[in-house]
Amino acid sequence: MLAREVLEELVRVLGRENVLTEQEDLLTYAYDATAAMKHHKPDVVVAPLSTEQVADVVKIALRYHVPIYTRGSGTNLSGGTIPIEGGIVLSMLNLNKILEVDQDNLTATVQPGVIIQALNDEAAKHGLLYPPDPGTVTTATMGGSVSECSGGLRGLKYGVTKHYIMGLQLVLANGEVIRWGGKTVKNVTGYDLVALFTGAEGTLGIITEIIVKLIPAPEARKSILAVFDDVDKAGRAIAAIIRNKVIPATLEILDNVTIQTVENFVHAGLPMDAEAVLLCEVDGYKEVVVREAVLVERILKEEGAVQVKIAKDDKERDLLWLARRSALPALAQKRPTTVLEDATVPRSKIPDMLKAIRSIATKHNLQIATFGHAGDGNLHPTILTDERDLEEMKRVHLAVDEIFETALALGGTLSGEHGIGIAKMKYLDREFGEAGVAALRRIKESLDPNYLLNPGKIVRRD
Amino acid sequence: MSVYDSLDSITEELHKCMKCGNCMAVCPIYKETRQEVGVARGKISLAEYILSGEIEMTKGMGNRFSLCTTCMACNTNCPCGVRFDKIILAARAESVRKKGLQPVKKIAFTALKMQRVFDFGMKAGSIFQGVALKNIPNRHSKLARMRVDVGIGKEKVFPMLSKKTLRSEFPQVITVKNPKMRVGFFTGCMINYFYTDIGRAVIEVLTENDIEVVIPKFQACCGIPASVNGDVASARTLAKRNLRAFERMGADALVVACSSGGTAWKHVFGELLENDHELKALADKWAKKSYDISEFLIHQVPFKKEGLGRVARKVTYHEPCHLNRGQGISKEPREILKSIPGVELIEMKEPGRCCGMAGSFSLVHPDLSGQISDRKTADIQTTNTDTVATGCPACRLQLQSGVENAGFDEEVLHTVQILAESYRVGKGELKRSK
Repeated sequence: MLAREVLEELVRVLGRENVLTEQEDLLTYAYDATAAMKHHKPDVVVAPLSTEQVADVVKIALRYHVPIYTRGSGTNLSGGTIPIEGGIVLSMLNLNKILEVDQDNLTATVQPGVIIQALNDEAAKHGLLYPPDPGTVTTATMGGSVSECSGGLRGLKYGVTKHYIMGLQLVLANGEVIRWGGKTVKNVTGYDLVALFTGAEGTLGIITEIIVKLIPAPEARKSILAVFDDVDKAGRAIAAIIRNKVIPATLEILDNVTIQTVENFVHAGLPMDAEAVLLCEVDGYKEVVVREAVLVERILKEEGAVQVKIAKDDKERDLLWLARRSALPALAQKRPTTVLEDATVPRSKIPDMLKAIRSIATKHNLQIATFGHAGDGNLHPTILTDERDLEEMKRVHLAVDEIFETALALGGTLSGEHGIGIAKMKYLDREFGEAGVAALRRIKESLDPNYLLNPGKIVRRD
Repeated sequence: MSVYDSLDSITEELHKCMKCGNCMAVCPIYKETRQEVGVARGKISLAEYILSGEIEMTKGMGNRFSLCTTCMACNTNCPCGVRFDKIILAARAESVRKKGLQPVKKIAFTALKMQRVFDFGMKAGSIFQGVALKNIPNRHSKLARMRVDVGIGKEKVFPMLSKKTLRSEFPQVITVKNPKMRVGFFTGCMINYFYTDIGRAVIEVLTENDIEVVIPKFQACCGIPASVNGDVASARTLAKRNLRAFERMGADALVVACSSGGTAWKHVFGELLENDHELKALADKWAKKSYDISEFLIHQVPFKKEGLGRVARKVTYHEPCHLNRGQGISKEPREILKSIPGVELIEMKEPGRCCGMAGSFSLVHPDLSGQISDRKTADIQTTNTDTVATGCPACRLQLQSGVENAGFDEEVLHTVQILAESYRVGKGELKRSK
């Protein structure tokens, strides 16, 4: 429980309507979108209206040694916003203004509570695009998405969130406000704190304003779907497309388990015995798109696709994407609990990873469907289970361990886009070694010596 | 086991939720409050904590469960197919079982059950409403505003109670020459007491299509206001009364012009009476032949196009949640509108987003209801139309209120009223040409 003075001070700074203290409200901030994770109730939820108020909250927290858990929409998949030590949940949702779209400098300045889609809708009015598009684009906030460095479907050609963050306003753990970066393309003044805070999961500071890079929206796009009877052939096709100097905006893969589940769910017209489906979209100028689509089609056929379809119009495009769009819903409706991982490997290792996942599934007698962003090596092995079945959950945890080990052995990483949070903390030393984890800890402690900000995530106190 | 009897009935439904938060993208309440408890995911968690025994049902919990317009937008956007409309009903019923009904609602639902007392009250109301309500000059309808704030704000605009109820205006059976069908008309309260113009339009259009209309005198409130607020006992009483009233008069089909009434006849009566063998069979029988008026006119009649006169209106259509998502009726009203000569249909942005009325929700949460309404009103205004059509009297009230408060000139009508108008004009044209 918090001391009464803490609550009184918070109310004085923020007003009563922006401070939630009743358990019926607090309980709804005890979780995020991460599956099979223990929930923790915070002691208070506050929703500041300005950077100054954020700074004031930090100063109060510092004075009374109360942890702060900054939260956007709570859609992350790593336990990143669960307030495991209680304390203050700092909801950034009231800071939800798009401050500016600068067409001359191709930037936008937003508050952290802006929903990604809202920024894109605004950018679209000017013929511009903010490319990062995580699956939660209609719900996740910019602050959360910068803090988690979210990825999405367009990673291969356009990169991920970190490639679009140019400047940040931050409240540090001591309550001071700083600005770093800005609208200039070039900026080598001091350490690159913008890069450091992007993907820091709210453990180093609190983001209160974001300057992002926008790009001209591509004028045309074309989707191509290819069916393979062999995972290796699909893998070779991915490599061949890239080798032929075509960089598709998206290059997605669905494995056999996903295809069967999706087919039963939406009848998208995919062969049930297909071993893999590749879904590719090229975008850019009309003329270029046509040329690339023809080239991709040829490559896919040469690499042994049993079936290749090009969408002629938007209606056909929607149909091709139906299977991919339905992947998660179809899988999620099969069993009550969906454990969605994001182990990532170099794209050349995709076939190896797919095969390894399949043998892990067989070994532990689990249903694992894999789909994901083949073009950038970021797969989503999805374990379908029921968290009430404790025996099965044990096998799930073993399988997750092995998936991570395989990804690391193939030269990959624990997390492509979901982050570490609580969920993957215990695996960190396998990727970095103890010295690496110690380095992380020293960075954390130099910026947040009291473990005030999102404590218990990424690195724990020694 | 029905959602009305036990919270356990939704255990599996709750387990389907993976807390992805996709409901946040579409929830009208969450959009305004930006608080987790406003959205389905938050209330699902609360229900889970109650079921797991982590917390008990509290009065505060009941207040949180009241934060839902039951617009079902989250259902549609849920990747796991969670039926949140069922969860919220079960949670509210549990709250009433454990903590009782809010006093205001208790009085209201008791009155609904006592038809004659209610009728008398409404009659008295139609005479004395001027005491509490102040007329607003409006060239389309008789509207009024509360003179004093009794806790629901003074923003809301109400239609004046009709001097004569719809059901007292017409005989029980309205005959036509050579009837091709006999149809029961379930009026619902709002059409019977306030929007008798919608009721008259329904009768006009049906008789115009050679359909005999039966309006059973002993029909009652549909009970939806009670069942969505967890007062299951009152809802059951009303369901039984309605089934018996229509069964006694008999009809080939039943029509409603109100989305709550449609939901009640098609789904809710059967669910409420699940454990009563005889009445369940009766409910199922009537459910099969219950239709929304627009659905009935398109698929069952189909309504005659000759004789339709020219109605010069620029119309935008607002989808009632319980007609669109609740009954899957969305194309039909548009089809009717498009078939009327002179009507230009201009779509608004997000026609399917809730207007924020949601029955008693707008009385318990007037500010929130007003904020949700403001968005809808702005969307209507940008269409530059002169008429909003909708398929539900409750939506009509909310839309009228919004338009009136925003101060622009826009008539709010039920789709069937525009169709009736067209038939009327058609007859005039015919007379003149003779």
